[in-house]
Amino acid sequence: MNGSFLLEAIIYLSAGVVFVSLAKKLGLSSVLGYVIGGMMIGPYVLGWIGTEGEDIMHFAEFGVVMMLFLIGLEIEPEQFWKMRKSIVGLGGMQYSLTTLLFMLPGIFIMGWSWQMSLAVSLALSMSSTAIVLQTLKEKGLSQTTAGQASFSVLLFQDIMVIPILALLPLLVSQGEIHLEREHPQAIIKDLPGWLQTLLVLGAVGLVFISGRFLVVPGLRIISKTRIRELFTASALLLVVAVAYLMEMVGLSPALGAFLAGVVLATSEFRHELESDLQPFKGLLLGLFFIGVGASINFRLIGREPLTIAGVVAAIVFVKACVLFAAGRLFRLKSDQNLSFTFNLSQVGEFAFVILAFSLQLNLVERTWNDILMAATAITMTLTPVWIAINEKYIDPYFGTKETVESYTPDTIHEKHPVIIAGFGHFGSTIGRFLRANGVEATILDFDSDRVDLLRKMGFKVYYGDATRLDLLEAAGAAHAKILIAAIDSPDANAILIHNARKHFPHLHIMARARNRFDAYDFLDEGVTHIYRETLYTSVHLAADALRHLGFRAYTVKRMAQNFIKYDEEALMKLKSERNNMQQYIFSAKKQIEMQEKLLHEDLLQHLTSSDHCWDSGFVREKTKQL
Amino acid sequence: MLLKALILFAHPRLERSKIHAGLLRYLPNHPNIYLHDLYEEYPDFNIDIKREQALAEAHDIIVWQHPMYWYSVPPLLKQWLDMTLEPGWAYGPEGRALAGKKLLHVVSTGGSAEAYAKGGRNRFTIREFLAPLEQTAHLCGMDYLPPYIIFGSHHLDEESLHSYGSNLAWLLNLLISGAADREGMKRFEYMNDWITQKKV
Repeated sequence: MNGSFLLEAIIYLSAGVVFVSLAKKLGLSSVLGYVIGGMMIGPYVLGWIGTEGEDIMHFAEFGVVMMLFLIGLEIEPEQFWKMRKSIVGLGGMQYSLTTLLFMLPGIFIMGWSWQMSLAVSLALSMSSTAIVLQTLKEKGLSQTTAGQASFSVLLFQDIMVIPILALLPLLVSQGEIHLEREHPQAIIKDLPGWLQTLLVLGAVGLVFISGRFLVVPGLRIISKTRIRELFTASALLLVVAVAYLMEMVGLSPALGAFLAGVVLATSEFRHELESDLQPFKGLLLGLFFIGVGASINFRLIGREPLTIAGVVAAIVFVKACVLFAAGRLFRLKSDQNLSFTFNLSQVGEFAFVILAFSLQLNLVERTWNDILMAATAITMTLTPVWIAINEKYIDPYFGTKETVESYTPDTIHEKHPVIIAGFGHFGSTIGRFLRANGVEATILDFDSDRVDLLRKMGFKVYYGDATRLDLLEAAGAAHAKILIAAIDSPDANAILIHNARKHFPHLHIMARARNRFDAYDFLDEGVTHIYRETLYTSVHLAADALRHLGFRAYTVKRMAQNFIKYDEEALMKLKSERNNMQQYIFSAKKQIEMQEKLLHEDLLQHLTSSDHCWDSGFVREKTKQL
Repeated sequence: MLLKALILFAHPRLERSKIHAGLLRYLPNHPNIYLHDLYEEYPDFNIDIKREQALAEAHDIIVWQHPMYWYSVPPLLKQWLDMTLEPGWAYGPEGRALAGKKLLHVVSTGGSAEAYAKGGRNRFTIREFLAPLEQTAHLCGMDYLPPYIIFGSHHLDEESLHSYGSNLAWLLNLLISGAADREGMKRFEYMNDWITQKKV
């Protein structure tokens, strides 16, 4: 392996590890940590990495694609359809108005050509999907009105990138400009227009159809192998393939990934895909933010600090005004509108792409290009700062608060109070009974055949290994009330319980235990509600056997209940004595003797019985002296 | 044509009972007399309402047979009343399912007849204690016969038990034959006295 690759990896990873944990300690968002880390290792401070910051950003943009896929996974198709108005309306309004307001001063004050003004304005009107969505998610604000509005605007901008890149070359009058674009778009570029359109539509259709009929069955087959990394590989392959397909037909890879996510949102693999891709997305985005930090040209800023400060201030001011007005028009409440405005008033990562492309086309002068690139990076860096300022100092003055409680956790829209892990015969009985009483549960199971069958029967079952912390989280453990640990394997159940106790201490855990010894393990974990498979059914059977032998039903019923009670009490009593194994065996024997005695006495009239209920002999004896 | 009798029998611990186990030995083995052992049928108190109503509808005479616990019925019989006697079925404007049926109350008590009197240890008569049940039957339009009481159950000898058992069997046979002298019974507080007078 290449030594310099390892060194680079060490530099990037340690920048992330050090600065993000520092930022978190200081109560700042992780985005800021990455960006500052990037600045530090960048060419102008420590100089550990050169000017490759932009290349890294380009590579790491794939993190944005993944992020949109993950966002798509959380949005079911109907929900997406409901958002169409806000995407086109709010997004379209923000984008066109901001572009217009940047263009006019470009032409009339700066004296730029209209072409340059347009290219620059289109670039600056973009906001940063990566920063905004990451910040929203971290703060748990994705489902607020402001979060949804921000998402709509970002999605619209994302869709716009492709037509803009197609349109920019048309702004150049001379046709001899030589373009070098690494997008494989060239494949269909030379085809006639109608065929291109057809291919675009075909690609989108392919995503939809193959998502339903190819990907889901494929994932089922793969999940049957029970090799976790194979599933992860498939998830990555899926996203990369969609991105490639979209680039081939000239659509935004991020948009394609989003659509693929929406298609798979209703499948049982939703949570598994989510938890598999989450770390990749996080790391790639982190790398992307480091790239942003590293690409800030401090030398240029040092040379022209006033120009850049002025440009940053002007850009942010114009963007904020448009956003605020648009938010007003779309009836966001004042605190939500403020949040919406502050979220989106930076210039986004697509500006780098558009500016770089415009430079290639000679649309933008180099000096201005550098200044605007620096300004873009600065606005991105400052976003977490001003969001924090808004939250601390401005927002509190506006009365109407949208409560955070009203938002659904980022991964799950069905807010079920109960999670059932393991949906075999044991778990499914629980699920059926709960459902019969109108309580729906989020169900996790690791057997894809069963998951498929149960989904056909209308249960909301998700495929996945419940012992994985991330999947538990995706299933909404943070907001559920009860976790029912009903996995067949006692070992897997033990891991699940351990994780849940540690990371979701608020959960009321109800555990299935195979026998007394499992039960002790769970007791050691601090679980108090333990249900031994071998207790209730066995006692039930024994009780029926006694009835069959002629015992009275009600008496047997009472004795069975008492037996279970005694047995559970004995379990608790023995818990503390368990460390000393010798003693354990001794007192276990004693406990059983006690039970036997109790039951025996219950039946023998002549001995002093512990149960005198409705016993005429006992009454007679006691009332003799009367 | 013979009438049909349903015995709703409630004893939570029959295996420890002397009196009721003894009385059941005298029960006529007749197809028209059906013994319904509630504690055996519903050990978890989950009364099957539809089944109980159908049973009651199919019989002309209903017998409540039970030991008296704290001047009342055993809990499962109370549960039976609470669950089965639904409004619109047993009472209320359309609740006529039980109307006209005869109700015989067979109760065993630990205390003697003397104890159940104004000056006695229990201060009230049995009829007074059974008033809520009599009224329950009345509200359902049933004909509450004078109750048949087994007194002093704690100290009953075999001979008395035999007489209680055979008298009850004789009474049940008489009731299903439809030849019982309802007007004559009316003059007595307790069925015991009517039987004595009849047999003398």
